[in-house]
Amino acid sequence: MTQDRVNVTIDGVPVAVPKGTSIIEAAKQAGVLVPHYCYHPSLPSPAVCRMCLVEVEKAPKLMPACVTTVAEGNVVHVNSPAAKEARESVLEFLLINHPLDCPICDQAGECELQDYVFQEGRANSRYGEFAKRYNPVEDFGPDVLYVANRCILCTRCVRFMEDVAGEPVLNVSERGDRAYIGIDPDHTLTHPWSGNVVDLCPVGSLISKDFLHKARAWDLDKTASVCPGCTQGCNIMIDTRDDVVVRLRPRANLDVNRHFICDEGRADYRWMNRGDRVEAPLRRDGSKLVPTDWEHAIARFAELAKSVRSVTILASGRASTEALGYLRKAFDGASVSAAVKVPTGSEAPLAGVPNLALRTERIPNLAGALLAGFGTDWDRTVAGAGASDLVVLLDVELDDAVAKLISAKTVIIATVDDDRAGGAALVLPTTTMAEENGTYVNRDGRVQRYFQAKAAPGMARPTWWIAAQLAEVGRGVAAPTTAAAAFAGLGKTIPALAGLSYSELGHTGRLVEVTAGAAR
Amino acid sequence: MSAATHGSHAEAPYQPVFVGASREKLEALFPKYPTKQAVLLPALWIVQEGRGWIPPEGIAEVAAVLGLTPAYVRGVATFYTMYHLHPVGRHFIQVCGTSPCHLCGSDDVLHAILKETGCGELGATSPDGRFTVTEVECLGACGFATPVIIDDDFHDSVTPERVPGILARYP
Amino acid sequence: MGYPHPSHPKETVVLSKYFGDAEARTYPGWVKRGGYEALKKALGMTPDAIIEELKASGLRGRGGAGFPTGLKWSFMPKGDGKPHYLVCNADESEPGTFKDREIMRWTPHQLIEGCAIAAYAIGAETCYIYIRGEFTEPWKVMSRAVDDAYANGALGGNVFGSGKRIDMVLHRGAGAYICGEETAMMNSIEGRRGNPRIKPPFPAQAGLFGMPTTINNVETLAATSPILLRGAAWYKGLCLGNPKSTGTKLFSVCGHVMKPGNYEITMGFPMNDLIHDLAGGMRPGRRLKAVIPGGSSVPIMTAAEAEASLCDYEGIIEKGSMLGSAGFIVMDDSADIVYEIYRLAKFYAHESCAQCTQCREGTAWTTKILERILKGQGKREDLDLLLDLSDKMTGRTICVLSDSCAAPIVSGIKKFPEEFDAYLSRAKAPALATVG
Ligand SMILES: Cc1cc2nc3c(=O)[nH]c(=O)nc-3n(C[C@H](O)[C@H](O)[C@H](O)COP(=O)(O)O)c2cc1C
Ligand code: SF4
Ligand code: SF4
Ligand code: SF4
Ligand code: FES
Repeated sequence: MTQDRVNVTIDGVPVAVPKGTSIIEAAKQAGVLVPHYCYHPSLPSPAVCRMCLVEVEKAPKLMPACVTTVAEGNVVHVNSPAAKEARESVLEFLLINHPLDCPICDQAGECELQDYVFQEGRANSRYGEFAKRYNPVEDFGPDVLYVANRCILCTRCVRFMEDVAGEPVLNVSERGDRAYIGIDPDHTLTHPWSGNVVDLCPVGSLISKDFLHKARAWDLDKTASVCPGCTQGCNIMIDTRDDVVVRLRPRANLDVNRHFICDEGRADYRWMNRGDRVEAPLRRDGSKLVPTDWEHAIARFAELAKSVRSVTILASGRASTEALGYLRKAFDGASVSAAVKVPTGSEAPLAGVPNLALRTERIPNLAGALLAGFGTDWDRTVAGAGASDLVVLLDVELDDAVAKLISAKTVIIATVDDDRAGGAALVLPTTTMAEENGTYVNRDGRVQRYFQAKAAPGMARPTWWIAAQLAEVGRGVAAPTTAAAAFAGLGKTIPALAGLSYSELGHTGRLVEVTAGAAR
Repeated sequence: MSAATHGSHAEAPYQPVFVGASREKLEALFPKYPTKQAVLLPALWIVQEGRGWIPPEGIAEVAAVLGLTPAYVRGVATFYTMYHLHPVGRHFIQVCGTSPCHLCGSDDVLHAILKETGCGELGATSPDGRFTVTEVECLGACGFATPVIIDDDFHDSVTPERVPGILARYP
Repeated sequence: MGYPHPSHPKETVVLSKYFGDAEARTYPGWVKRGGYEALKKALGMTPDAIIEELKASGLRGRGGAGFPTGLKWSFMPKGDGKPHYLVCNADESEPGTFKDREIMRWTPHQLIEGCAIAAYAIGAETCYIYIRGEFTEPWKVMSRAVDDAYANGALGGNVFGSGKRIDMVLHRGAGAYICGEETAMMNSIEGRRGNPRIKPPFPAQAGLFGMPTTINNVETLAATSPILLRGAAWYKGLCLGNPKSTGTKLFSVCGHVMKPGNYEITMGFPMNDLIHDLAGGMRPGRRLKAVIPGGSSVPIMTAAEAEASLCDYEGIIEKGSMLGSAGFIVMDDSADIVYEIYRLAKFYAHESCAQCTQCREGTAWTTKILERILKGQGKREDLDLLLDLSDKMTGRTICVLSDSCAAPIVSGIKKFPEEFDAYLSRAKAPALATVG
């Protein structure tokens, strides 16, 4: 193996990296950041911004770290006076035509130009009184605006559309300092993955209309999560401001979504902010549902569950593996018929990344549901539910077919408050995936964690907690008190998950064997 | 106004360029290159020869025949200064203004041409729609200062005195 | 010869022998003058033997960089089974340079023959000749000549009965100086923006269409047939200066000389004679002030430097500049150095492909500063600023266009400070009007 590795020293730190590694990636491994603009690990490198110039001992001139591969024995200086001076000059060149309108720029606070200028830029501009380049703001598509004056022509957006999306609708137009990013007005950024150009843009030149002026970067809280949009399981960040989700952004996971998410997933977050939530457990009292506390609610649930021989569980595909696993476990011994609803839509692959697509099955945890013993034959399960002793509905839409099932033998675990729940025995408030810790298993069997991004409303509790309480009260099985403990406990009933723990899953997940019906 | 002169360009429905002889010319190019895309510059030339300039529909047509997107074609077309992406006068005049020719009096030639054509300023089209004049960079004929290209004709050693006689050949 | 002037006795006419001779343009006319004998000879040699002959001749690239031609050809892989390409660089856009135009206009078959020899030597079946879009006349002459060469079996599927295929395609540029840079040219042929590519990979590994490619200047290729016919020793013997610079070379002389034109001289010829004798010297009453010898992309030489220099790669370096494409921009004492430098900076700003930050922004910024100086609004600090920006534009970009913009600026400020001073002190009236 050693001959495939190259030993180099970067800012004094020795590292051994695979042959063919670029200096910029080798530096990362040495814990050294090489400032850069045009380079992006998921795009081909054009080496145009020249920001990443570093000193390589014995090389006659500064080398672009993004496209220069390491050679055995290289001694690289990222923070030598020569390299710093080169960066300072690139920054100065970039700033001469930059409006410096940070106070009104959406990117402020997460702008790579602002960051580097702050770190190592010149204090004053020598450009003086010359007029800056001016181009009007342009509409680039359903969710993207192009603020040309801020563009540093790194071409990331152009390369993404051309080399990754395979739909070159953006171009570099003109030459010299007249150059700008162009678009054909009849073919704008409508590709199902085109929103990524906004994240790729290192400055505030491509901005999301949806996010426009919603928040300042420094006011945002960012939480690692997993997109609930489809079985791909793209890794995301949920950005919240004052407990309100304001946008979803991709989070890097080279094995799942590299640095990208689809536009549908990106746009679908408003439900996380719904105000019409069930905030307290509700118990039937005569013809009405009245609020109660959890202790009474669980006791009532246990009563309803006691000695039932058959149960039907209808669940949302957004439910966590923990929720589904513990619900299933809670009815151990009874005959359970369980299904998740799988809405579908057309598949939309991202051409340049193997095995990445907006998937037909628009739920995040299909594989987790199968592992937990849930089926997908929704209609048949709904049709057969009438014969069950108990029906449990977990966060499902109460459409006509489902609403018809609601009776005094129905327990609804719900996020949103729905009038049609009126006939149920119990309505228990639960959390959305944005309000809890949990895991989803994606289509390849990757078990991935998502983290709580905002507070749960009122008394809402995660479904796994509710189910575990039920088991404890009803049958004396000790309930876990944390999501981590809940996950660790899943292994008992779902062999594929045995031995796994949250800490082992980390931020990028772990692959497990998923074959249909692997549960028990 | 030049807009009036070119009104016909703008209003008439677009007629495809790649039909008949132009189509044959295009088809004859494909075997000369291993990729279709390589025919992009020649295809843009064919459009410009046929139309006098390259309208957006021409860009779309080139994109369609080569299997590219219009945006891609446009990005390439704007790189090359000889492609006219806006209508120009009947005769397009390019006068070298780079240092070697400047040393030899290209400014005077340029002014004589601007005056004689009635264009007045660079890039403008004369009121009669006859000429558009531009100053261009080195034409590779510095020993023959001042070179002037009118349409496809290369005129060497142009002096202010020769300007009226040369322009008279372009009605 | 110094077309349109008659040949000067001090010239060594090889390539330019038939400039101005209309009959030489035709296929039979060219054959009558000994044309295509070299190609026939080459087809009887092995490619390796041709490459060795070129190496021995000492021929170096005439496009600007002066890279040894035989060595360049030897980089092409052998037996790799991939298509190889030859690209002939006929983009000639370097200000002050106009020699390739004459070769194509007057002796198109000389170029076709040279291309065919090179194609055979590097194992290429296709040669693309990239002719700048503005060269309408050379284009017509070359088109005609290529057709005739095909018709006479000098090109096509079975070149002169050798069983070798050599196809030749003329590709028209469309107005972009940067396409003269070899990798930009490849992008341009492929139907892309003329952006220079990052090296490695080098063209001989992955060039045009990703295949092994050799790219040579028109004059370089044209020189191959006389070398093959008359032998490497003869060519190598043509040398008046440094033995690393051999053969004859066309020097384009323009600007303030009495007889601008192309002069074919032996390498190492005195620059003083070239300017003052062959090119006719200055206009009456004028003195030589400066020369930019390599096309515009090299440092300016003072009159004293120029007059003491030899015309070859090493001789000009010794005197503080570079041979480049050997396009001499000559300025007499009436020239405004500041203005001409400004005009060159404007050229580079116009031609920058826009990829690299330093070049895109730096060429435009330096142009603006020079413009300010010429408007009589310059500041003392402007010179330091220009020098500093030039330093930051040098050696840091994908290609050397950025460096080329800086070279005349830096040398101009260093060698002609008084000309800048005259504007900065307001002793000289502004050369550019202020608008608004
Ligand atoms: C900005 C730039 C412009 C160039 N323009 C030309 C040109 O117009 N003609 C040319 O032959 N070489 C030009 N070159 C040099 C080519 O890149 C290349 O070195 C040359 O064509 C190789 O041929 P040779 O070895 O025969 O000289 C240019 C280089 C640069 C960097
Ligand atoms: S818009 Fe943004 S991503 Fe695109 S080139 Fe400009 S700075 Fe780069
Ligand atoms: S592909 Fe699926 S998981 Fe990925 S962002 Fe889109 S909807 Fe979300
Ligand atoms: S140096 Fe200038 S011309 Fe060369 S690649 Fe960079 S931007 Fe383009
Ligand atoms: S990151 Fe290397 S040149 Fe831009």
